[in-house]
Amino acid sequence: MSLSSRHLLGLQNVPKEDLQLILDTATTFKEVLERPIKKVPTLQGKTIVNLFYENSTRTRISFELAEKRLSADSINFSVSTSSVKKGETFKDTIRNIEAMKVDMIVVRHAAAGVPYFLTQISNSNVINAGDGTHEHPTQGLLDMYSIREKIGKLEGLRVCIVGDIAHSRVALSNIYGLKTMGAEVSVCGPATMIPQRIEELGIKVYHNIDSAISENDILNVLRIQLERKAREYFPSIREYTKYFGITRERLDKAGKNTLILHPGPINRGVEISSEVADGNDQIILQQVTNGVAVRMAVLYLLGTQN
Amino acid sequence: MKTVLKNLVLINPKQKLNRKASLIIEDGIIKKIGNLSGDDLKNANVIEFNEAVCSPGFFDMHVHLREPGREDKETIKTGCNAAAAGGFTGVACMPNTQPAIDSAEIVQLIKDKAKDHLVDVYPIGAVTVERKGELLSPMAELYEAGVVGFSDDGTAVKTARILRTAIEYSKMFNLPIIEHCEDETLSNGAMNEGFNSTQLGLPPLPSVSEDLIVSRDILMAEYLKGKIHIAHISTKNSVELVRNAKAKGIKITAEATPHHFTLTDDTLKTYDTNLKMSPPLRSNEDLQAILNGLADGTIDCIASDHAPHSIEEKEVEFEDAPNGIIGLETQLGLALSELYHKKVLTLEQIIEKLSINPRVILNLPVPSIEVGEPANLTIFHPNEVWTVDVSKFKSKSKNTPFNKRLLNGRPVAVINNKKMYYKDKFSEI
Repeated sequence: MSLSSRHLLGLQNVPKEDLQLILDTATTFKEVLERPIKKVPTLQGKTIVNLFYENSTRTRISFELAEKRLSADSINFSVSTSSVKKGETFKDTIRNIEAMKVDMIVVRHAAAGVPYFLTQISNSNVINAGDGTHEHPTQGLLDMYSIREKIGKLEGLRVCIVGDIAHSRVALSNIYGLKTMGAEVSVCGPATMIPQRIEELGIKVYHNIDSAISENDILNVLRIQLERKAREYFPSIREYTKYFGITRERLDKAGKNTLILHPGPINRGVEISSEVADGNDQIILQQVTNGVAVRMAVLYLLGTQN
Repeated sequence: MKTVLKNLVLINPKQKLNRKASLIIEDGIIKKIGNLSGDDLKNANVIEFNEAVCSPGFFDMHVHLREPGREDKETIKTGCNAAAAGGFTGVACMPNTQPAIDSAEIVQLIKDKAKDHLVDVYPIGAVTVERKGELLSPMAELYEAGVVGFSDDGTAVKTARILRTAIEYSKMFNLPIIEHCEDETLSNGAMNEGFNSTQLGLPPLPSVSEDLIVSRDILMAEYLKGKIHIAHISTKNSVELVRNAKAKGIKITAEATPHHFTLTDDTLKTYDTNLKMSPPLRSNEDLQAILNGLADGTIDCIASDHAPHSIEEKEVEFEDAPNGIIGLETQLGLALSELYHKKVLTLEQIIEKLSINPRVILNLPVPSIEVGEPANLTIFHPNEVWTVDVSKFKSKSKNTPFNKRLLNGRPVAVINNKKMYYKDKFSEI
């Protein structure tokens, strides 16, 4: 069994069989992570570059760990500014890296479309580790994996993504992946944080968090950016928390169990209360563990293709 | 020197001219129109045109020639060569050069650099000093130096207050203010806002950003009885606003670019920066409205917004790439393919929008195909299929999304200023 594509740029148009294969393979690697010696020789001799044009400690560490556990040689290349400011164009940077004979590139960039552009100028397998407000496919996969692990299936589940959908790269990957696997997907947030015409992706849009909670089995709560720029989209953090924050009282009011996911890092007391973040309905840290297994699966499946 | 242009179809809607004939040109002047006698061919350079269409020379009222300042992208000479190769005998160049065209000296510099060329170059002056939107440029001096309009193109005139002053002042010269309609507080996106921007995750730029400034400008033109020309109109609502304004008798004119009547934001899935322009490619609904606007005369002319950029500037992240594509050498082919062959416009209407109307808007004389008149002509084949090959372009830049596209209809020759451009060469005529 192998994936139908050489790259993982996003979950849009990824066939169900591929998603299934990645999730199943991740189960195998999760077992590896439980062993005393957490390492397999699968990608020995492969060189992987983690090309991070944006700060992201968690995603980078997760990929790096996945690479090391598969015995690949990995190199971290972090650039905090875009090519325009740096002087060397993105294309030249890639050509230089390629000239050092690498096999795979994991890329994170603040601009949407960069992973696609990378496939046009490079021969390596490209894995998108988050591009602009476009996609973050391994996050989508690890969310799906975590739900499946907890509940045993994805089909027929009702999943609502809560928060700043318009400025999220996690939302689209979750929407595409979950829908392909047969889940019902919705989003909930202030109207200013819902991108135009998103309902045309076949999802429901909520602006009332209580309805979203009562009509869904799972909430995937996104991080609210606290910087001034993001603050243009809502009057105050206090108001956001009041109307969209996930609290114990809100969950209890629905009178049923709701599974809580959060891609991290969490803002306690903003989009999620500490009580919920540390409570029994959440799988936030399992998501982090599963992230390594899922990334191992993706790296393995792409790295061992012919 | 005598040149015989054999077997043309002369079309000039302004003269109600549409007939087959040959032309004799001597020292740049039309000497004879009609059937040829034996004597006519003596000692003459005879060129057979096989019933290609001959019209008054085409005029592109919206190009960026980049000189002075960014001669690495285009110069007045390479831009003029591109215009000639694209079938144009005249262009009006936008003032967002470095320095901007906001002084008589820069106007003179451009005119000097262009003076021996086949293609006439008419500078457009900046509305405000350095295009900053603060102080009025020396409009009278610019007018005297030869500008044909005023624009802060690249942005709209910044405030209603400075726009008011500019309209009132420019009325003294009867020149239009040419507006790049975009509300800067809404225009920090990289592509049209819609279902595509949502899927691609690119920062969205809403069409209402254009509509707001078009509305402002129409109201201002009405209030002050001034002349405003809407550059590169791109939205359905803006077309409707201009249509209604014209019906009320407000002095509003508009142009559309070939990319806005050919492409939509559906093409952006490849994140190709040669599809990034300002205003951005819009939805199919907007494109249809532009076609309707061209057909019913709401949109007066076709202009390329020829915007050369270097490869290294364009080969970057989509959000960081500069806006704009080159258009001089694909414009006629696209107009014929998308408008004439798809029955949106007749050949007469194409000629009005590419030759007559832009000159009328800028108060320039429209060339006549008449004995005794200087020959200012474009000759084109409406039915010749060709493939765009950017490596053959005369423009110094190559940023076009139309490379390798099959087009139906192409320029054959242009004649102006006692010069002819034919088969890749300039010659005296």
